[in-house]
Amino acid sequence: MMQITCPWCGPRDQREFRCGGEAHIKRPADPASTDEAAWADYVFMRTNPKGTHRELWNHVHGCRRWFNMARDTVSDRILAVYAIGEPPFDPDAAPATSEGAAQ
Amino acid sequence: MSGGNQPYRLAEGGRIDRSRAIAFTFDGTEYEGYAGDTLASALLANGVHRVARSFKYHRQRGILTAGAEEPNALVEVWRDRARTEPNRRATQQELFDGLATRSQNRFPSLGFDVGAWTDKLSPLFPAGFYYKTFKWPSSLWMTYERVIRRAAGQGRAPSRPDPDRYEHAYAHCDLLVAGGGPAGLAAALVAARAGARVIIADEQAEPGGSLLSYPADGPEIGGRPAAVWLADVLTELSTLPEVRVLPRTTVFGYYDHNFLGLVERVTDHLAPPNIAAELPRQRLWKVRARQVVLATGAVERSLVFPDNDRPGIMLASAARTYLNRYAVTPGKRAVVFTNNDSAYRTAIGLAEAGVDVPAIIDLRPNPGGGLVDQARQLGLPMLAGYSVSAVSGRSRVSGLQAVRLSADGTGIMPGLRTEVTCDTLLISGGWNPLVSLFSQSRGKLAFDAAAGAYVPGTSTQEERSVGACRGTVGLRDCIAEGYAAGAEAAEHLGLSAKRPPDPDIDEPAQTDPRLLWSLPGKGASGRRRAFVDYQSDVMDKDLKLALREGYRSIEHVKRYTTAGMGVDQGKIGNMNVLGIVADTVGADIPSVGVTTFRQPYSGIAFGAVAGRAPGKFLSPVRTTPMHEWHAAHGAVFENVGQWKRAWYYPRKGETMRNAVNREVAAARASLGIMDASTLGKIDVRGPDAAEFLNRVYTNAWIKLGIGRCRYGLMLGEDGMVMDDGVTTRLADDHFHMTTTTGGAAAVMSWLELWLQTEWPDLKVYLTSTTEQWAVIGLCGPNSRRVMEELTEGIDLSAEAFPHMAMREGRVADIPARVFRISFTGELSYEVNVPAAYGQAAWEAIWNAGRPFDITAYGTEAMHVLRAEKGFVIVGQETDGTITPIDLGMDWIVSKKKPDFIGRRSLFRSDTVREDRKQLVGLLTEDQNEVLEEGAQIIDEEAPPAPPVPMIGHVTSSYYSPNVGRSIALALVKRGRAREGERVYVSMPDRTIPVTITRPVFYDPEGARQNG
Amino acid sequence: MPKYSIFTLARNALTGHERWTEAWRSPPPKDHYDVVIVGGGGHGLATAYYLAKEHGVRNVAVLEKGWIGGGNTGRNTTIVRSNYLYDESGALYEHSLKLWEGLTRELNFNVMFSQRGVMNLAHDHHEARDLKRRIHANRLNGIDAEWLDRDAVLKFCPVLNGDPNIRYPVYGATLQRRGGTARHDAVAWGYARGADALGVDIIQNCEVTGFDIDRGRIAGVQTSRGAIKARKVGVVVAGNAGVLAKMAGLRLPIETHPLQALVSEPLKPVMHTVVMSNAVHAYCSQSDKGELVIGAGADLYVSYAQRGGFDVIEETLTAIVEMFPIFSRVNMMRQWAGIVDICPDASPIIAKMPVAGLYFNCGWGTGGFKATPGSGHVFAHTIANDQPHPINAPFTLERFASGALVAEHGAAAVAH
Repeated sequence: MMQITCPWCGPRDQREFRCGGEAHIKRPADPASTDEAAWADYVFMRTNPKGTHRELWNHVHGCRRWFNMARDTVSDRILAVYAIGEPPFDPDAAPATSEGAAQ
Repeated sequence: MSGGNQPYRLAEGGRIDRSRAIAFTFDGTEYEGYAGDTLASALLANGVHRVARSFKYHRQRGILTAGAEEPNALVEVWRDRARTEPNRRATQQELFDGLATRSQNRFPSLGFDVGAWTDKLSPLFPAGFYYKTFKWPSSLWMTYERVIRRAAGQGRAPSRPDPDRYEHAYAHCDLLVAGGGPAGLAAALVAARAGARVIIADEQAEPGGSLLSYPADGPEIGGRPAAVWLADVLTELSTLPEVRVLPRTTVFGYYDHNFLGLVERVTDHLAPPNIAAELPRQRLWKVRARQVVLATGAVERSLVFPDNDRPGIMLASAARTYLNRYAVTPGKRAVVFTNNDSAYRTAIGLAEAGVDVPAIIDLRPNPGGGLVDQARQLGLPMLAGYSVSAVSGRSRVSGLQAVRLSADGTGIMPGLRTEVTCDTLLISGGWNPLVSLFSQSRGKLAFDAAAGAYVPGTSTQEERSVGACRGTVGLRDCIAEGYAAGAEAAEHLGLSAKRPPDPDIDEPAQTDPRLLWSLPGKGASGRRRAFVDYQSDVMDKDLKLALREGYRSIEHVKRYTTAGMGVDQGKIGNMNVLGIVADTVGADIPSVGVTTFRQPYSGIAFGAVAGRAPGKFLSPVRTTPMHEWHAAHGAVFENVGQWKRAWYYPRKGETMRNAVNREVAAARASLGIMDASTLGKIDVRGPDAAEFLNRVYTNAWIKLGIGRCRYGLMLGEDGMVMDDGVTTRLADDHFHMTTTTGGAAAVMSWLELWLQTEWPDLKVYLTSTTEQWAVIGLCGPNSRRVMEELTEGIDLSAEAFPHMAMREGRVADIPARVFRISFTGELSYEVNVPAAYGQAAWEAIWNAGRPFDITAYGTEAMHVLRAEKGFVIVGQETDGTITPIDLGMDWIVSKKKPDFIGRRSLFRSDTVREDRKQLVGLLTEDQNEVLEEGAQIIDEEAPPAPPVPMIGHVTSSYYSPNVGRSIALALVKRGRAREGERVYVSMPDRTIPVTITRPVFYDPEGARQNG
Repeated sequence: MPKYSIFTLARNALTGHERWTEAWRSPPPKDHYDVVIVGGGGHGLATAYYLAKEHGVRNVAVLEKGWIGGGNTGRNTTIVRSNYLYDESGALYEHSLKLWEGLTRELNFNVMFSQRGVMNLAHDHHEARDLKRRIHANRLNGIDAEWLDRDAVLKFCPVLNGDPNIRYPVYGATLQRRGGTARHDAVAWGYARGADALGVDIIQNCEVTGFDIDRGRIAGVQTSRGAIKARKVGVVVAGNAGVLAKMAGLRLPIETHPLQALVSEPLKPVMHTVVMSNAVHAYCSQSDKGELVIGAGADLYVSYAQRGGFDVIEETLTAIVEMFPIFSRVNMMRQWAGIVDICPDASPIIAKMPVAGLYFNCGWGTGGFKATPGSGHVFAHTIANDQPHPINAPFTLERFASGALVAEHGAAAVAH
């Protein structure tokens, strides 16, 4: 069971959090003129990588804030936590353990 | 030997308390042991070795080990019918007064078991036999299966609910040490001295590990006898404030991010009268450790030779433990059979204790080393380069045949054989480091070819293995590693630790074992039975059969033969499996691969994992501020999510239907009152609040006037209805949103997700206020008159306070928000007061309503009332596949707004189909016929053979006293265009003709709510 | 292929079982196959078997990166049933159930399909409404389904907690008597043996690392054992569909989650059916060996690690102890996890892909085991004919664009 560092509350047990799935999914700017396939891509299609996954987490039994987290989906090692609005975590650019990573 | 009633107990020695004799029973016979005994040591002291029948062949089995790895001696421990425990290891069950135990998997008795025919016919039951047979005739499989099931299984489950309590404890520590043997204690001590917060858990009744099995005059550690060293370390640990020593505690699981699970057996060793009421049976510890030291030790391997499962055969190390710790000799004439040095200790110890040791049989042609020399000096007869090819004695070893091995160890040198009479055979096939926790931590194992064992390789978490679990041999090295690991862990914690010098211990060096995984011979019966996995009754020939049949992966071998799948999870046998498989396919062991070690390390009770959560703490019970009133007025409650809602209020002698009819009629005829407090409520505030609502609801919100209410539908991005409710504008930048009772939390999270991640630019703040407000629904033509009596500060006239408006004032002298909204289609008010005033307001309204025969109505009546009007319930008329258009609610989907959540999905090729299911009403011919909710609708009166095309289903169905007949709502394909048509509701025994109508049965113009 | 029967077993007993031959060969891969199936789980092996048996396509290889049946086939809780709500899924799973009913004979390999019944509990009238909707639909679709009231439920499964005053008391249940359990490994081995006998090459330890695509048409696969040419490639790799899709340049509506399960120590028979509960959120059956086999819900984050959080085990055993208070003292013997590919509508994709000659069968989520024979059967049809069987025609990738989902969340709310 993971230990996740909430950017606001510090390291807490995973069970205080809920995962919101893939992060950085861009909602079409003009849905009405988005074709069916592109809309489906936004609503349903997922990157689902084996490796670094950038995902949303919510400290649901804590401060209730959403934040971004980068995690290796094979080792479950947490690579980074970072605020909403920050650019997607880049595993090649970042040091192996960024500040705020739990382990 | 002492004689008396414990014939195998030595006159002195051991760590048992001879002043406290303890009576216990096994299979109905009374025995006596001492405090400090395990069931196994006490049985052995009484000369009872055979305690079990095996899983598959029902062979007689004895106590093989002295610990958690025991594969044979599983017994039923019986306190009472609710406290029966199957499959407990006799080697771990501590003795207490009145302990009652039984053997398992035998009928009628351990000595005579009818199931033993399976052993006679064992050639018919090789590995995987059931895949090849029981196929014909197929109709009989269920019968065959019943027989198989009865023959399989082991212990019996309790027959009564468990009355005991289990607790959970959470802990964070700097260092968790798994295993309180010499290495673990050394690590704990060094780290604790440096100031680390340490938890050290040990599986046994007292810490000490292998030190407990040394003879009293065993090796000295730094000049102190081992027992004194142990006592000193424990004393020092007990004086350090940040150290917690947990005996009887198994570290069962190593999970991610240094999370470990421990189970502490708090009262399992106590007799019932001595169990304090406040103590749980067991305590589950959930530990997050910054550093971990694994010091779980090693277990001895067995040797795979013919007849190696006879009662009287025991691991050599176990015999040492029984001898030194419990002062019990396993027999009177014991042969030691080994491939390594360590078993010589057993031979020496037994000989010194006066046990006859007629032979030490060593697979190695030229054993050497200090222990071997000692045995020679004692004059113990040795058969070097020999193996055991047969063992006689069905219920107890009576003798064996030793044979000289060929040079490569695979065959027997003709002529060189010896018969040895004995009652005990003590075996050692080397050591398996217990790497289970290391492997669970996702560490990579490495293979030690000389020892023939897997040892920890690369760590992936903050963890170190020390001592025997790392493959280390020798007490000195184990303690030295412990010291080093404790110091390293402390340094990683930022503490400065002082590593003590390595202890001075005089112990003989040990030489390498001779690894022969399967030993030749035909056995006493001439039909070779050499077991690799005692627990699952798997023999070496089963492994070879699996390989012959193409099950080559080690996982296939394991699954096909079930090796390693028993209660002991292969602790003793797995390495032998790997060795035999490697030999058979002609590969080296690492290339065969290793099977996965899974949690838990050893079995843990479901109850311990569940803790206090089952029963009354399973799920919170949420009640409204007026709950007591409902209960006092005879309400029957229903579960709605976690809430208890008043369902209906039967009067004496009333059926549910009568009560609901009365409530429904009263709400339209005069005055009804209901508790709507459970509706979700969210306070929406901020300059962008209206814009936010505009995006999350399908309709328009910007222009909603202050003090006005609007009904809204929320969709998912897939366009499907997700929730609904009425939202009211309290101020320009302030709204009061309501949601469904069940959807409140999900809606709150949903809105937060959008605000925080997609629209962080919007200045909107959300607060859940569900439990801040008590909500009293008043409904019926007389509701205004009651409100007029109680309300101050609000003009209640229809003109001043119209439908879909909100006013603030005082009701019964309580500050209130009053909403003129209606879920019944009647003139209605929803009075919101602060929750603490809920019951007072309710009672005031109730009293004021008495002149109008005010009637409390529950959720069932509410459902009927809304169905009469065709109002939908999200989750009943919808199921995640229904759009607002399907519901005929196009009017609420803005045509002007360019976007809102889910809008785009309403225009996909499937969502614009004409023949989608649409909300309609259904009327039966028989006005008293109430359709079954969930029933399916078909086109034909006489359905064809399946599959029968279905055109929809009944979503809601009631008897409506106000309409004077049954009514139903349904979703029907292309339903709106089929109004007036006859379709059929299909029941198992008949079809019911129904007519499709508009989904509104009462006051279609909506005149009443505007009254 | 030597026949398996009580007679051959007895005959071989006389020779110490020394004369049994391989259940399937382990040949080196050939350069070229008509069809390559990627994934040697139950679904993949079944696909190969039916390709050879029913479509005469015998130049087939099944490529497995590890050992056959080593993924979810060997990690599931072995429940078989077909009582799904919608026509599309009902047809698919019932097709499968019918194949299950003859599978032991079909394969001459005892898959130990035990029709001991599957009960879905309702704990209040709201749940009952949804479950009744399902059994009405099942009945009209020719799927056996019946409603048991509270008393009947407790009679059918007496070890259930019958206390009416618990948080979620038993209200009633649906029962599908033809549902039950099967021996999971045997399904993989039985299909492997059957396919091998028809000429299919089963190649283990052969990982696919890429697809060769030539002008929009599949040409073969790259593997850890070299390139293999193929006219058609069927991918059926639960837990790794996303990875393979990426290699082919496709995006799928799938997330991969851990799904945990556990077994107890072996007990004498105490539970004679399969019980599942959505509200209390657990399900349980007892294996022929005597272990209680218990499934948990999926962990709610993407992971390929084949492990999940202990919190899920805790919740699951809480539910089990609540539903079966007599199991509280029983020991958990082993826990493990599989990884499951979950589609947004809890229904699979069994379809042609935009690359010609490439077919995917994926997204079975938590319930793929029960579908093994049917899935293989219709997938083989799809590959052989380059068009779907009518039964899997609705299960396209395109449905996520059009919106024609098969929303089986209700039926799959508890993992199984």
